[in-house]
Amino acid sequence: MVDSLAYTPQITLEFEIGEKDFFVAGECASRVKKTLQQLGLKQDIIKRIAIIIYEAAMNVAIHATSGRLVVHVEPDGITIRTEDVGAGIEDINLAMKEGYSTASYEIREMGFGAGMGLSNIKQCSDDLNIESRVGVGTTLNARVFFKDERRHEDA
Amino acid sequence: MTVRELAEALGLEVLTGQTNLTRPVRSGYTSDLLSDVIANIGDDAVWITIQRHVNILGVAKLKDVSAVIIPRKLELEESFLEKAKQEGIAVLRGAPSAFELSALVYERLKRG
Repeated sequence: MVDSLAYTPQITLEFEIGEKDFFVAGECASRVKKTLQQLGLKQDIIKRIAIIIYEAAMNVAIHATSGRLVVHVEPDGITIRTEDVGAGIEDINLAMKEGYSTASYEIREMGFGAGMGLSNIKQCSDDLNIESRVGVGTTLNARVFFKDERRHEDA
Repeated sequence: MTVRELAEALGLEVLTGQTNLTRPVRSGYTSDLLSDVIANIGDDAVWITIQRHVNILGVAKLKDVSAVIIPRKLELEESFLEKAKQEGIAVLRGAPSAFELSALVYERLKRG
């Protein structure tokens, strides 16, 4: 297992996420996880990436009317991007606060919408950028960098 | 300890036939909040939850859980169990509460 990839084919994975399509979040994350395992990435990095993908995709499924997830694997790291059409976020700082949620009662009852999504994403990302326009939609960009002690033993 | 051994030791019903019964169990986590489970469940874990909608199977699959354990003999829909089998996830059910089940699983795992 390696922290990074001596040779990384540039891979892009894309998924469409429909409104209230909650199962797809797990599916997206599972599929990316499998791809990264095949590339031989280290387990702890894969775990972080899977959490980001799951939470970002869930946010789209819960709050947007439609959206997509794009995962881009590059030699130095991975970019996870969601773009959605939907309600947007009024106050991003507030939304980042653990426990803050605008999810409906029905969604919370299912165990989603606990207000942990964005803080989970932040914890797992090396770089996070969110842009949102109320009533229009949200774009989230999270990056996870592969470690610098790369290209070693199994090169 | 395998899923089957744990089920037998604690008298849990196995609701998904032979699915995943030989998987090892090394830890457990009890929570009904999916973000909490995603962030904190360990490896080879049983997941104790009262959530019983198919979307939790996405989480179970992603975290590669050894089994989902449903407490208090709560009712499950056939579609949930079918999907679990399809995804290769064992679903067990017991009479005790989530609190008691957590203690029982913990005790068993500690004993090895």
